[in-house]
Amino acid sequence: MAIKKFVVGCFDDEQVLFPAVKNVRKAGYRIHDVYTPMPIHGLDAAMGLRDTSLHTAGFIYGIAGTTTAFSFITWVFTTDWPMNIGGKPFFSLPAWIPIMFELTVLFSAVGMVLTFCYLCQLAPFVKKDHFHLRATDDLFVMAIECTDKTNETEVSQFLSNIGAIDVTTQYKETGWWLGRYDKETQLFGKPTEAVS
Amino acid sequence: MALLKYESQVRPPLVVGDKDYHQVTEDICRPVEARPSTLWWIGFIISVLMLLFGVVSVTREVWFGTGQWNLNKTVGWGWDITNFVWWVGIGHAGTLISAILLLFRQGWRTGVNRAAEAMTIFAVMCAGQFPIFHMGRVWNAFFTLPYPNTRGPLWVNFNSPLLWDVFAISTYFTVSLLFWYAGLLPDLATLRDRAKEKWRKMFYGITAFGWTGSTKHWQRHEALSLVLAGLATPLVLSVHTIVSFDFATSVIPGWHTTIFPPYFVAGAIFSGFAMVQTLLLVTRKVLNLQQYITIEHIEVMNKVIVLTGSIVGIAYLTELFMAWYSGVKYEWFAFEQNRVNLSSPYGWSYYIMMGCNVLSPQIFWFRKMRRNLYVTFFMSILVNIGMWFERFVIIVTSLYRDYLPSSWSTYYSPTIWEVGFYIGTFGLFFTCYFLFAKFFPVIAAAEIKHILKKSGDNYKEQMTVVEEESVDQFVHDTAH
Repeated sequence: MAIKKFVVGCFDDEQVLFPAVKNVRKAGYRIHDVYTPMPIHGLDAAMGLRDTSLHTAGFIYGIAGTTTAFSFITWVFTTDWPMNIGGKPFFSLPAWIPIMFELTVLFSAVGMVLTFCYLCQLAPFVKKDHFHLRATDDLFVMAIECTDKTNETEVSQFLSNIGAIDVTTQYKETGWWLGRYDKETQLFGKPTEAVS
Repeated sequence: MALLKYESQVRPPLVVGDKDYHQVTEDICRPVEARPSTLWWIGFIISVLMLLFGVVSVTREVWFGTGQWNLNKTVGWGWDITNFVWWVGIGHAGTLISAILLLFRQGWRTGVNRAAEAMTIFAVMCAGQFPIFHMGRVWNAFFTLPYPNTRGPLWVNFNSPLLWDVFAISTYFTVSLLFWYAGLLPDLATLRDRAKEKWRKMFYGITAFGWTGSTKHWQRHEALSLVLAGLATPLVLSVHTIVSFDFATSVIPGWHTTIFPPYFVAGAIFSGFAMVQTLLLVTRKVLNLQQYITIEHIEVMNKVIVLTGSIVGIAYLTELFMAWYSGVKYEWFAFEQNRVNLSSPYGWSYYIMMGCNVLSPQIFWFRKMRRNLYVTFFMSILVNIGMWFERFVIIVTSLYRDYLPSSWSTYYSPTIWEVGFYIGTFGLFFTCYFLFAKFFPVIAAAEIKHILKKSGDNYKEQMTVVEEESVDQFVHDTAH
């Protein structure tokens, strides 16, 4: 929970945005984040973000599902309540494959979605500060965090030069809190009292 | 230009008209933000009335028992299981479009995937009603779950295809719902940020989960979509395979065949695409989305229909041939006397099935027919009637003459409450669909924006320059 100061540049074309991201990073400014209305392939790499490990998590959840199904059915049919069905073996693995497969998929999908929501802090009644309402419509919004040493006007000027159509300075909360979008939430501390 | 993925000029544009990102948002959000039209209210009220009729039918069934239906000693599965398989099958096209076509990188799926996935979810909801209420004592439905109980604990039979069905259908529903909702988040955020009224800000604020569009979130979102698609692809095949196991693992003549899994999956996709056509032809017209669900989309789906219809046709002929060639006289009796023989009690249903599913889709070999909206709409209805009869033929004509000829006399026809239950699921399906079309964007706006600059009508023009230069030069220019 910290209110910080940002210089926010809005771009309306991804072909301007890509060189802009590179230029900003070359100039040594720290990009807080870029908000886009749709996924832009390669932007994460351009921003220097590492690849996500969500796939690995999904694989582990899947294995957990297979193991759960296999061990549980084995325990039920060989130890807890073995049933003699026409003299067939208690350990009848081929007949368990469908349920093992379904639980693999179920664990993997549910686990991944929950992990995704946890990592991205997504949940009902979660509220976050937004830099620009059109970031979910047609603008690519780049937020650069200001520190004590940052020269605000210089950054604004720089962003305009590299193609931003609109540059503003904003005080924003970086985390999330419980709240509703139809209600104004009074956060701790006034924006003017924040670090500058 | 270097950023754009190269796409050939030969491919028709997926988005017609002079669009930019904001125009896409406007076009897709407009039906959601406008007041519901008179047509919407009429459709919605009819759906709710059908749903209420279904509720009455089901209430009678719960109150008086399955005696409300005309199921009898030999025909233990009738309309209920026919409807179950039919609805599950319809759901499969949604997953095919959203998952398998995502893996195959088919750009055209973006226009139709959201509505098709919604259709999947509602169809599976309808399907689930039938086996649950067929149990009779529906208040004991939770006995199908393996929970520690005071009866031993007595576990469920993990070797039974009927239990596999419980796991398959519930997993399918859960995964489809998660996949669909994960895709909806960015579009709900768009609606939230455009909202003027208080209730909209609240509703979309809650449902959008605080989505911001951060690059890191998009990266994870893409990874999630890809892996969920990878999981949903084998899942969708497994679900209808397991549904077919309900029949194939039994020893009833007419059911006991190894061809069932692929035959059922092809049939499911066939009927599902027909239902997608029915819904989208109306949706694009009523919501004025012809520029996003173009005639090209309709044509591609008609091609899928003629393909899967022909696969189904081959499956019919194969099982007929094998019934004769196997030399099993019970198997051949089921086919020759109960199905092919037009003068047998249910012979007519076999020919309706053949006519609607095998013969009629062949009209789509003609381009003119594939691109005719009226023909497409008529065919989509016909195919679904045919696919309903396929399940009816498989279930009823295999059951009504068992090994004991003295029990053959009763002709199975449904009661009004059996039909009412089916009508009720139509009510449920369309009530859900009408609400979905009113409160959620029926087209994935973010995905349309993602393909806009390579497949949009006005952007393809700009790419002609790329086409004219040599490939070597192009590769050199675009290399990092």
